[in-house]
This record gives sequence, C-alpha cells and structure tokens, in this order.
Amino acid sequence: MPINLTRRDFLKTAGAAATLAGSPLALAEPQSQTLEAPGADPFAIELANEALNAARSAGASYADVRVGHYRRQSVATRERKVTSVADSESYGLGVRTLIDGCWGFAATSRMTKAGARQAALNAATMSKAARDVHKRPVELAPVKPVQGTWITPVRKDPINIALEEKVALLLATNEAALKVQGVQFVNSSVEALREIKTLVTSEGTNTTQTFIRLSPAFSATAVGDGDFQSYDEELAPRGEGWDYVESLNMPGNAERWASLAAEKLRAKSVEPGTWDLILAPTNLWLTIHESIGHATELDRVLGEEANYAGTSFVSPPEKMIGQLKYGPPIMNIQADRTQPGSLSRVAWDDEGVPADQWLLIEKGIFKDYQTTREQAARIAKLTGVNRSHGCSFAESWNAVQFQRMPNVSLMPGDQDISLDDIVAATDRGIVIRNRGSWSIDHQRYNFQFSGQAYYEVRNGKIAGMLRDVAYQSNTPVFWNAMDMIGGNSSYWMGGTFSDGKGEPSQASSVSHGCVPARFRNVTILNTKRTA
Amino acid sequence: MSQSGRIEIDGLMSREAARALSDRVLKMSAAEQTRVTIVSSQNGNTRFADGSITTSGEADNMSVTVTATIGRRRASATTNILEDASLKRTVDQAVELARLAPEDPELMPELGPQTYSNISAFVERTANLDAETRSTAVRRAIEAANSAGKAAGQIFTAGFLDYNAAALAVATSAGLFAYHRTTSANFSVTARTPDGTGSGWAGAGARDWHAFDSAAIGRVAAQKAVASRNPGTIEPGHYTAVLEPQAVNDLVPLLGGALNARNAEEGRSAFSRAGGGTRIGENVADPRVTLYSDPADPALLGQPFDNEGLPIKRIVWIEKGVLRNLAYTRFWAQKQGKQPTGAPQAGGLALTGGTKTTEQLIAGCERGILVTHFFYIRSLEPRTVLQTGLTRDGTFLIEKGKITKSLKNFRWNESPLLMLNRLEDIGRSEPTDAGRLMPALRIKNFDFTSSSDAV
Repeated sequence: MPINLTRRDFLKTAGAAATLAGSPLALAEPQSQTLEAPGADPFAIELANEALNAARSAGASYADVRVGHYRRQSVATRERKVTSVADSESYGLGVRTLIDGCWGFAATSRMTKAGARQAALNAATMSKAARDVHKRPVELAPVKPVQGTWITPVRKDPINIALEEKVALLLATNEAALKVQGVQFVNSSVEALREIKTLVTSEGTNTTQTFIRLSPAFSATAVGDGDFQSYDEELAPRGEGWDYVESLNMPGNAERWASLAAEKLRAKSVEPGTWDLILAPTNLWLTIHESIGHATELDRVLGEEANYAGTSFVSPPEKMIGQLKYGPPIMNIQADRTQPGSLSRVAWDDEGVPADQWLLIEKGIFKDYQTTREQAARIAKLTGVNRSHGCSFAESWNAVQFQRMPNVSLMPGDQDISLDDIVAATDRGIVIRNRGSWSIDHQRYNFQFSGQAYYEVRNGKIAGMLRDVAYQSNTPVFWNAMDMIGGNSSYWMGGTFSDGKGEPSQASSVSHGCVPARFRNVTILNTKRTA
Repeated sequence: MSQSGRIEIDGLMSREAARALSDRVLKMSAAEQTRVTIVSSQNGNTRFADGSITTSGEADNMSVTVTATIGRRRASATTNILEDASLKRTVDQAVELARLAPEDPELMPELGPQTYSNISAFVERTANLDAETRSTAVRRAIEAANSAGKAAGQIFTAGFLDYNAAALAVATSAGLFAYHRTTSANFSVTARTPDGTGSGWAGAGARDWHAFDSAAIGRVAAQKAVASRNPGTIEPGHYTAVLEPQAVNDLVPLLGGALNARNAEEGRSAFSRAGGGTRIGENVADPRVTLYSDPADPALLGQPFDNEGLPIKRIVWIEKGVLRNLAYTRFWAQKQGKQPTGAPQAGGLALTGGTKTTEQLIAGCERGILVTHFFYIRSLEPRTVLQTGLTRDGTFLIEKGKITKSLKNFRWNESPLLMLNRLEDIGRSEPTDAGRLMPALRIKNFDFTSSSDAV
C-alpha cells in the first residue's frame, strides 16, 4: 500500500465498514434455520420457587429469582501460535427481595433446595439490615406478568463450532498480516458467550432466554527506526452467530489492516490546533456511548453512581426534559433493546419488562432517560411514561440487576450522504477511524478520544496519513458543532463486551449504531511527549 | 461430601478440602500433565446513595479450572458445578480442547513441589463482615458526613463498603500443591454539596477492615466537598502538582505493563533501549524512588504464588531510580537465561523513598495544584506510558504553602514514568489499598491540558 493513499484507496479502506453494515438500521435477521429457544429447565424452576417461598415467608412484598447458566469460550493467538484456549461454565442463582421498601440480594452456586432457601433468607436479612439506612421506599412501576422463551436468532451457535475451525481462521489471519514488511507482532482472538437466563418473579413472570454473543479482535504492531505503532481493526462484537465472524473475512482483510500499522510508522505527526473532524462510525460509536449513553442513565442523574461512575450533566430532569439542546436538529438518538444483531437485545429485561424502543434525543432536544421499574415513577410526571423502559440487567447470576444501557444509536440523516461525500465537502479536516484511547469526566462534559487511523483532508481530498492524534471537547459544545451526517447506507453498528458500571463493577454488552458525521472546529492534541 | 459426589461447601474451602478435591480431579484426568486451580470466594457489599442503601448483595461461589497438557498442546476448562459428573465432563473437555489445540512452542512443563512463604493475609473479622455490621458502618459515615458538611446545608452522600474473602489452591500432576487464603475490605464515600458546586471523596482499603474508620472517611469526604465549593478557574498548563497517596495509587501501578521483560526486549515498551535490549541498569526515575513487590512484606501481604504455582518473591523493580528488574514468565526467563518472576503485581506494589506527610508536601509548595484522586485513566502512548484522565472530588490551588481556593477539575496528559523524573518531593508511604503502599508526591510541570466543568 502506498504511503499516500489515493482517493480510490481511501474509498476502499473506509468502505470496509460499510460492507459489515448489511441493511441500514437493522442487520439482516437470519431468515431460516435459526436455532430453537430452549424451554425452562424444570430443576431451575423448582429452585426458583423454593427461593420465592422462602422470601415470602421472610416477609418480602416482592422477590425475583434469576437462574443463570453461562458458557464462555475464548481462543487467543499471537503470530503463529495459540496463546490460550479456555472454556468455562458458571451456574447459580440470585435472589432479590423487597421488604419495607428496602432491597436485599444474595446469590449462591449451591444449586440445591437448601442452597436456594438460604440465598433467599440471606437476601431478606440484607433487606432488613438496610432499614437502618433508609429514606425513600422503593416503588416498582407496574408490569404485566409474562411467560415465554426466546433465543438470539442465529444459525450457528459459536460455542458449538469446532476449535480447529476457530484456530485455523485466526492463524490464517495472522499469517496474512505477517506478510506486511515491518509487522512483527499480530494478535487475534475470538470470544463467544452463551447465556441461559431464567427469571421467575413473585408477580408471576416466568421467562427463559438464551443469549448468544461473540467478540472477534485483531491487532498488528509494526516495529522500525526505534519506534513501534499498532493498528487495531474495529471488529464489532455482536449478538449474532458464527456466520457473522465468517462474514468478516479476517484472513482476506488482515494484510490490508496490518499495512496500516506499518504505514503509521511513516505518518506525519499531527499539528495540534483546531480542525474540522470527520468521524467514521467505527470511531463515533464510542463517543456516543460515553457522551450520550452514560449521560442519559437515570441512576447517574439521581446520584446513585456518584461514588463510582459519576453523575451526569443532564440534570435535574425537570430542567432537561424537552429543554436541553443536546445538538442540532439533524440529531436523533434512539434507545433500542429490539435491534437485530445488537448486544443489548432481549425479549424481556431482568425485571420481566418487554424490550422497548424510544427516542432519548429528538431533533437535537433531550426527551427521555433510560429507566428500570423503580426509576420510572421518579420522572413519570415529566415524560408521561409510567412504565419502565426495560433497562434492568445483571452481568451474572451472582450480581444484582440494576439500570444498564440499552443500545443507543445516532439515526441516519434524510439525505443519502456517505463518508466520502463529507470528505469532499470539507476544506481542512481530519478523518478518524476506529477506537483508540477514550476518557471522559464523571459528569460527561470533558472528553478526549483517539482512534487507530487518521487522515488529513485538504480541499475535499485525502492528503495523507497522520499520527499522534487525539480530539478533546465538551459534550454539548461537540454535539452542537455537528453539521453534516451520513444517510441510511452509511449506518454501521459498533459495540463493546465490557461496559463497566456499579459497585462492585459489572460488565454489560451494548451496541451503538451510527453514521459518519462532521464536527466543526474541534480541538486536536498531539499525544507525543518525550519528557 | 455427599454420596452423590456433590461437594457441600459451607464458607471458604479449607486446605484439606482443597487437597482432597484437587486429588480427585487429578485422578480423573487422562492427560500427560494436569493442573487444577480452585477458587472459593465469599463476598458482601453495601452500597448507598442519598441516605438510602441501594443495590447491595452477597454471593458465594467456588470454581474448578482444569488445565490439560498433551505433548506441547494445552487448554483449560472451568466449571462451578462441583458434582463428579460435571467435574469429569470438565476434565474431558480440557483434554479434548488440548488435543485440538495446536502445538505451543513456548509451553513449559507443569511445576513440581515448591516451597512458599507463609503469608497471613486472612483476617477472620473481615471475612465475617455481615449485613448488619456493614449497615452500621455506613450509617456512621453518613452521620459524620452530615455533621462535617453542615455549613453547606444537607450534604449528599454516596458510597460503597465491601469485603472479599477467597481461598485459592493450585495442584499439578507433577506433585505441586499450593494454598492461600486472603481477605480485603474497601470503603469509600463521595459527598456532594446541595448547591451542586462541591464534591469530596475519601476512601481506604485493607486486609483487615478494622484498619479504617468509616466515620473518619465520611467526615473527610464531607470536609473536602465543603472546601471545594464554588471552584475558581486557572488557565490549563504545566503546574507543580501535589498528588495525595490515593492519586499516586491511581497512576503508579500503570507501570506494571511496561515492566514486562518480553515487551521490553521486543522493542515495544518504555523500558526498551533504543537499538535493542532493555534499560536495566539505567536511571529511569528520580534517585529517591524505589519501587518493589514483596508478598511477605507485612504492609502488602500479597499472594505467595502465581497461577502456575510459581513462588513469588521480593522483586525490586526500580532501586533508587535505577531499573533493576523486569518481569519474566517461565518461558521467557528460560529463553533469556533469567530467573522467572511470575506476574509483576501479584506480590503487591510499593513505592517508597520519603518521610514527609502530605501536609508537609503542601507546605513546601510555592504554587501548585493539590489532587485528591483521578478518574477515567486511559493509555495514550505505550512508548512513554503516557496516560490521560481527570482530577476529581477535591482539586485545590496551593499558594505559598497553603491551600487558598478550590479549582475546577482538569483533564491531564501525563506519564507515571516521566513524572517520576520530575519529583520535587516524596512523602511517607502509606497503605492505600490491600497490597498497596504509596506516598504523596510533589511533581514539577504536571501537564494539566484542559478544564472540565464536572463537579
């Protein structure tokens, strides 16, 4: 690959994202031969009922039991060898009790009637101990009890794909990357998860859902002239089957990805200052996650995360809903737990609330938050929504459920604009692809992000590669500086397996769809420092 | 153990139970070499915000990981279903995955019997920190915060108290058996003033939960919140920074990744020498700085062995500013003719070199910025260990040795390695967390890059 990309080369490189996107807004749902949803395990239901009865006898006005069975498999490789192969299963149950408006939670891996009973009694003891420090009783928004089963629509369960096939794919990927001159190190991996979750509540809900998620990864490092540079391809984790990994064609693309690491060694160090910024969806998704996704979580707004993840500038609700100008009229941000292929897709959340889809920001104006059953009433008068938006989630059977982020996405604009159209319309700017480093303050104002590949734009054309780039801004200033966004066909969905929140910290998986967008006059830093 | 082969656990796994279980699993394996790792854990936590306990919980768990080796092929499988049938399935799964795994040219044989230091890192009263005791500690913290924050009105508090107790055992078919028990407890409080302009934080962590006083933590958080109200602004730029021990604890452990010998020798670490080799023997920090790991140090009480059962000993990484050691895996050590060290920080981490209190470091500062702690730290540049992040919950201007006003928070871009070369002064090291000993530091030209509106 030449040092200076031609416009044609750039189209090819940037176009890689579009080929992953499938149809706009929604990935194509597999139409045939998808796996059938397993029913509830009678033993799990028996233990859940045992725990519910014990909770009721201990005085619980409400209780729920989650039985979880998790299978994880990961394969990691480095150059021409496998660095680890691991398979794990985890099985247990967690009981949540509400007594006098106070929560308690306890979990155990002792899957016997006695173990289930004891967990319920421990949860009740916690509820009672919590009465000592208590101001506002918990009130749950109503939900219609539901019974059912669901499975992520997939044709091939990645857990059942033979290890040889996974290893062969990764080693072929590494081999292709090592062809690039200067590339000395390559890491690739794939992690797959199958989660079977049964929820039984004292109100009559009884659901069993099977979630399938997977996360591929690729990184190449080039060494030369006493320097080293890495390039990570943005291979989005998805709630999809093994067919998704096949569609990425990692062995076929690895050489091109690795060449970007080598090219970065020779790239020009960026001139710091104010630039117009063009963010590819492979970079923008994480900026949406941090500056919109987290800022619109109601538990942060209410101060419940103040000691850890922080609070939010989108506060207090009565001054924000319908009033805060988050961005320009072309900005529509949708929360969605129904989106095919997305990581936070469910049929029902961890309180049995059906999956929802709603706008957080409409035409640039802030409209609504993310909620659970106990939060809905806190803002119902302002939003007119009395029910939960279904954002309750726990990472495992041994962790309590609380408010977690749904998929939060930037909707495409009306016109069918591509990233190249945005480049062509820009005099002086920088294009950023993929996620690099990210950091944002505890009220979600000041952030600084970088990427994996940076290109200078001069007079509507790509003028070459840059390095040492980071952009720094303030959330409302940044989004109000957005003046151009892509259309339907430029939509792409990124995501993460490891969004952290809560104490003790829990990981959740979430996707973010978006289109490329331009932001005017953004501060660009040079990250090279030597003393 | 019942007749069906189910292991009944009540509390943490004892040494004897661990040995019996590992023997049983080792016998099930048809692999040439087998390693069994058992983790038994118990934890409980109480979380609160705005005067109420919120999402809290307790959990117990016990898992068995089987690592099977056939020739140069190796793989592992884990389960927490401790019945014979499931254990056997897990052993078979590990063996099957190992058969399928490609040959690993870097595979090292499982270790035989080893000798370990006897480290008492388990504190009974931490392992018994029940819900009622936790609620009482939380109430005391809230009351102390309310009283200390009265000047600002009704103070808002949020915080977290938790304990963890764990037993870890490693056994191999070559005769190794290692067992270790440990506890830790952490408590932290964030206090915010009702006008929304002030926020303060205080926290502590230790193996023994009696090592900290919940009321004192609530009081300090509230005092900082009150003092940090109505912050002023100064231009971002290079300022002298006084980092409290908790802030140093946020930054210095990030050097851990750079201490990997292989990365250094392969030319991709801050400790790589230009032109090849490592910087061992070179000055990499101020001559007052010593950085070490030592599981047997009473102030650290780290883990006496790593995941493979390799004994972890005292290792001085940086001695009086000179890089002395890097972390060697068993494979890399053999290849390079060195002694293996195991994982760098399993033995805890201590930075030492001074005797002064934080107050004395402030008193010796002509003009600078006092930092309580940091938030959202992310790597920017592995070549220099450059990081970005933000200050949080108590950032103050120091003038002529005194705190004169509160400041808005800053984003900063700084390297924990480069900053150790710009030391003005180093404080007395104190426990900042279980397995951590860190001092306050006064650093010249700390790079505060932009202002943040976050309170």
